[in-house]
Amino acid sequence: MPFDIYLNVAVGGVLTGLVYGLMALGLSVIFGVVRVVNFAHGEMMTIAMYIAVTLFAAFHLDPLLMLVPIAAVLFAFGYVLQKAVINRFITRPEYSQFLLLVAMAIIIVNGLLIVFGPDAHNVQTTYAYDSFQIGPLIVDATKAYAGLAAIVVAAALFGFFQYTRLGTAIRACADNYTGALVVGLDVKHLYALTFGLGAACVGAAGCMLLLIFDVTPAVGPGYTLLAFIIVITGGLGSMPGALLGGVLIGLTEAMAGLLFTPSAKSMFAFAILVLVLLFRPQGIMGKRAA
Amino acid sequence: MIAGLIEGLPRRALILLGVLLVALIVAPLVAGDYLLTVLILILYFAYIGQAWNIMMGFAGQLSLGHALYVGLGAYTAAALYVNFGIGPWLGLMVAVPVAALAGAFIGFLAFRFRVAGVYFAILTIAVAEFARVGFDHLAWTSGSSGLFLPVRQYAHNDLWLLRGHPAMFYYVILAASVLALIGCRALLQSRVGYFWLAIREDEEAARSAGIDTFHYKMVAVVISAGMTSFAGVFYAFFYNNLFPEQVFHVLRSIEIILGPIVGGIGTLFGPILGAFLLTGLAEMLTSTLAALGVDLPGAKQVFYGICLLLVITALPDGVWPWLSKRIGLTERNK
Repeated sequence: MPFDIYLNVAVGGVLTGLVYGLMALGLSVIFGVVRVVNFAHGEMMTIAMYIAVTLFAAFHLDPLLMLVPIAAVLFAFGYVLQKAVINRFITRPEYSQFLLLVAMAIIIVNGLLIVFGPDAHNVQTTYAYDSFQIGPLIVDATKAYAGLAAIVVAAALFGFFQYTRLGTAIRACADNYTGALVVGLDVKHLYALTFGLGAACVGAAGCMLLLIFDVTPAVGPGYTLLAFIIVITGGLGSMPGALLGGVLIGLTEAMAGLLFTPSAKSMFAFAILVLVLLFRPQGIMGKRAA
Repeated sequence: MIAGLIEGLPRRALILLGVLLVALIVAPLVAGDYLLTVLILILYFAYIGQAWNIMMGFAGQLSLGHALYVGLGAYTAAALYVNFGIGPWLGLMVAVPVAALAGAFIGFLAFRFRVAGVYFAILTIAVAEFARVGFDHLAWTSGSSGLFLPVRQYAHNDLWLLRGHPAMFYYVILAASVLALIGCRALLQSRVGYFWLAIREDEEAARSAGIDTFHYKMVAVVISAGMTSFAGVFYAFFYNNLFPEQVFHVLRSIEIILGPIVGGIGTLFGPILGAFLLTGLAEMLTSTLAALGVDLPGAKQVFYGICLLLVITALPDGVWPWLSKRIGLTERNK
């Protein structure tokens, strides 16, 4: 195979990986602040994907244009979920929180199955088969737009946490729970906001991913697992780590699909997880042991 | 030995256990084929739930990948039977070490590097998923097109080759469930059992008390994996077909853990009660939907999800601790 095929596949993998990274960023933000492992993460993304599919089928609205409203819907979903249910579980044992979200995940997957059926859905945008040629490189338009959108959303999130008062307050909750209570922060409200932000991230990622992949109700658990693998690989609680992990996994999957067989690509993501746990348990950009 | 096992149990509990056992033994005489299949399913989940409970309920290690051990057991025994004509009981001699080794691999990776709690759970899922995709591409077990055991009309029951009437399978899984219950009771009363409980309650404290936590967590995962693989062998010979997509799927792992969680994590009777409640209710739901002519493929799972949600919110310790208090039975080990 000529070299430029590898290069093309690698660029495609990196762009898809950026979207994976945004998805994992949502998980990382929720875990970093609320300390709850969102086991329904990929399932929440499929909700966003089905909203986008329905809007496209009914009104021909482009998923990328619907990104902001759909992220807002997911934000509201996450906020209410945290406020109404998960906040009561904050002091419960870890496995109890985990199982709560497993239950949510099962209900979402099969609820979607009942409503939309088991068939795959996708969107056929006008630019679905366009591509850009840069020297020897051919980049799919859908992947380029999706990757760029992922960078924009991730940058907005970085900016929010770094430069706004609200973002600083949320970081304070993450750093010192008791301290945040002492200075008078409404921690439960901030937790709900954070869960909403994480949900919005994954909602936005869902809109982008829909340009690249089909959606079925059954894909949710796979994406949840992928998000976990990315977060653990990149390093817990590290926002750049989540993006980097996403790119690494995206690249690995793309190369595995090219060199072996696409259906075996997820095995390589699992292999990376095992290698990371063996040799660098704190993740690539993590500071302390998991 | 037996006196030691029943010591401390209230008389009422013993009578209740005896009645339940007798009822289960005579059940095939009165139950039709459908009911018998449901009972087999219930006992199957009671057995695996007991095995899973060793890890989570006793040693406090949350495994969400027990489908891995079921699948390894099922595939090992089935492949040996299909390819070499080796019967299930000999196959079990291979299946148990294979599953135990897989458990030891996960345990080694996790416990050596202090991967605990939710991360341990993720690792167990990841290895099970790895196996699912791997078996999809493994030609020796015919990959994703599935492995089939030859089905013939058997005039008589062949216990040695596990071929025959459902009633035979029923007694096999009933015996396994009873042995699992007795075995778990014995384990809980042993030195290892107390070490596990100490680790579950406070691992740091257990370590400072001189317990080799790595060693005892490994013991838990190996015993649990080995026990679970028998359920896999049973599954293969009862259903006669295996697909990686089905046996290794995360949903299978979740089905396994629902029984003990609903029944009561860490209790001996919880997995049994949970299996009866969940499988019984799910079958009732399925037949009601079928009678109404409604075909909703995800309905059973939504029902499972809601059950899990309700139990976790309302009865975080499970149904059995609540029920046993109500009917005046208290388990000594709880």
